[in-house]
Amino acid sequence: MEIAVCLKRVPDTAEADVKVDATGKDIVRDKLAFTINEADNYALEEALLAKEKHNANVTLVSVGPKPAEEVLRMGLAKGGTAAARIDSEGIGDADGIGLARVLAAWFKDKSFDLIFTGAIASDDGNSQVGPALAELLGLPHAAYVTKLDIQNGKAVVKRELEGGFLEVKELATPCVVTIQTGGNTPRYASIMGIKRAGAKPIDQAAPTKTESKTQLTRVYVPEVVSAAEMIEGSIEEKAAKLATLLKEKGAV
Amino acid sequence: MSDVMVLVEHRQGAVRDVTFEMLTAARKLATGGNVAAVLLAENCDALAPAVAPHANKVICVSGPAFKDFNYEPYQKALVKLATERKPGAILVANSAFGSDLGPSLAVALNAGLVSDAVAFTRADSVFSVSRGMYAGKLVADWVIGAEPAVIMVRQSNFKPEPANLGGTVENWDAGDVVSGAKTKFISIEEVPTTGIDITKSTIVVGIGRGIKEAKNLPLVQEFAQEIGAVLAASRPVVDAGWLPKEVQVGSSGKTIKPKLYVALGISGAFQHVAGMKGADTIIAVNKDPKAPIFSVANYGVVDDLHKVVPALRTKIKEMKA
Repeated sequence: MEIAVCLKRVPDTAEADVKVDATGKDIVRDKLAFTINEADNYALEEALLAKEKHNANVTLVSVGPKPAEEVLRMGLAKGGTAAARIDSEGIGDADGIGLARVLAAWFKDKSFDLIFTGAIASDDGNSQVGPALAELLGLPHAAYVTKLDIQNGKAVVKRELEGGFLEVKELATPCVVTIQTGGNTPRYASIMGIKRAGAKPIDQAAPTKTESKTQLTRVYVPEVVSAAEMIEGSIEEKAAKLATLLKEKGAV
Repeated sequence: MSDVMVLVEHRQGAVRDVTFEMLTAARKLATGGNVAAVLLAENCDALAPAVAPHANKVICVSGPAFKDFNYEPYQKALVKLATERKPGAILVANSAFGSDLGPSLAVALNAGLVSDAVAFTRADSVFSVSRGMYAGKLVADWVIGAEPAVIMVRQSNFKPEPANLGGTVENWDAGDVVSGAKTKFISIEEVPTTGIDITKSTIVVGIGRGIKEAKNLPLVQEFAQEIGAVLAASRPVVDAGWLPKEVQVGSSGKTIKPKLYVALGISGAFQHVAGMKGADTIIAVNKDPKAPIFSVANYGVVDDLHKVVPALRTKIKEMKA
C-alpha cells in the first residue's frame, strides 16, 4: 500500500504577538518559531499507524521554501519512507485551491492508495486543500476525520460533526482524507530515527504556476471590541476583586 | 442581478441554525437579486415551510440520495443547478458538512472560494469577503472577482433575523446523482460519554492551552470544586488527552449556557466562543491582552492563570473562614 501525507510548516503563533508586515498582506515572520501544522501532525500519525498495520510506504510532501524540509525530516524521523519538497518560489499568491492545484500537479503522475492532509492549517485556517486536491485528482474524500480503518479496499472513516456527534462513511480507495486533531496521539521521533532521517534524500520539485480565482487585498489586526470590565492591580488585588465577584455571582 | 443561493443545512430531520444565519446574511447581500434557498432532502415538503419565509424562493430537490448529508450527490446536484441557473454566489456553511463540500464544489465549478467568511459585501459581480487567520489574531480581506463565488460562512457569526418573504417553492429535478458513487453514508453516532454533562452545571470553569501541562490540572480541578463548578475545556486540552471529549466546549463539542463561565488560559478561538457565548456572566483570565476571549467576556484579568488561581484560592479560603 502506498500512502502520502501532505505536511505544512507554519509559524507557531498560539502565544506570539502577530504583526502585519510592510506589504500589508503577510505577517512579520523573522521572530517567530516554526513548526509542523498541528492537524498535519495528526495526519502523519494516522499514516504511520496505517503503515504499521498494512505494511505500507509513507511518502511525505510539503510545499514551501527550503526550511520546509524541517517538517519533512521530522516526518522521516518518525517513520516516513520518502519525502519531497515542492518549492514555493513564485507561487506566494496562490489561494487554498491554488495550493491544491500545485499539489495536484505533483500527484498527477504518481499512484497512492491514500492521501492524508491535516483538516485545517493553523495559520490561514482555510481548510480547503484536502477536498480541493481530491476533486482535482478525481478522487473521493472525507474531511475532519478522527478515525480511519481500511477494510477490503475501502476506507471506513468517522468524521467529526458539531455537538459531539460523528458521521460514519465509507470511501472507495484511492481517496483523500483530511485528519482532525485529537483522534490519535502523535508520536515523538526517536534519537535513532532522527539520525537516520538526516541521511535520507529529499526529492526536489518545482511548482507548477497556477491561477487563483481569489485575491488577498490586506490583512490586519482586528479591533478587539471589548465591553469587558478589566480587573487590574497587583496579583493580590486582582485575586481579591475576583473573589468578591465570584461571591456576588453565587460561586463562593 | 444574479441570485444568491444558500444551501440549506439540515441534520436528522431538522434545519440547522446556520441556515437562517446564512439566509439573513444573503438577504443583506443580494441587492437587486433574489435569495434562493436550495433544499436537498429526501422529502423537501417536510423542511421547505421552515425555510420559505426567509428566502424569495426555495428550490426543492427531493430524492433518497439527499436523506443524509453526503458531499458527493450534493455536489452533483449543485453543479447541475449552478450550471443551469448561473447564481452570483453559493453560500454553504463552514460546518462539518459544508467543509466537506465547499472546496470540491468550488473546484468542480471552477469558482473562487473563500472559507470561514465572517463578513461580505457585493458590488455587481465582485464579492469582498473578510475572514479570520491565525486563530482570530488577524483578519484577511479577499476579493472574488467573478461569478459564481463560493463562500463558506462561519457558524454562529451572523445573528439570524426574522423574515416574511413567503418564498415560492419550486421543485427541481437533479437527475441521476448516484451512478458511479465512490462514497456511502453509513450512520451518525454519538461520541461515547462517561456521564459528565457540562451542560447541566450553572457554574463552569473552562481551561485552555494556557494550562500548559497535565501536571497543572489539580490546581484548576481543586479550584473548580471549591466554587461548585464543573471543569470544562477548549479543544487543545481535550486533544492532548488530559480531559475527556465530553467536557469540550465549542462548535465540535458542547454548547453551554451557565450562569457563570470562568475561562482560564483560553484564547477564545471562534470555535470555542460559539459554545459558551450564551453564558450569563463570563470572566476571562489570559496573559495576552489581545486574546479574542476578552471581546466576549464581561470581566477580564490580563495575567497568568498560574499566578491568579493560587492567589484567588487563598482569598476564597479567607472569605470562607
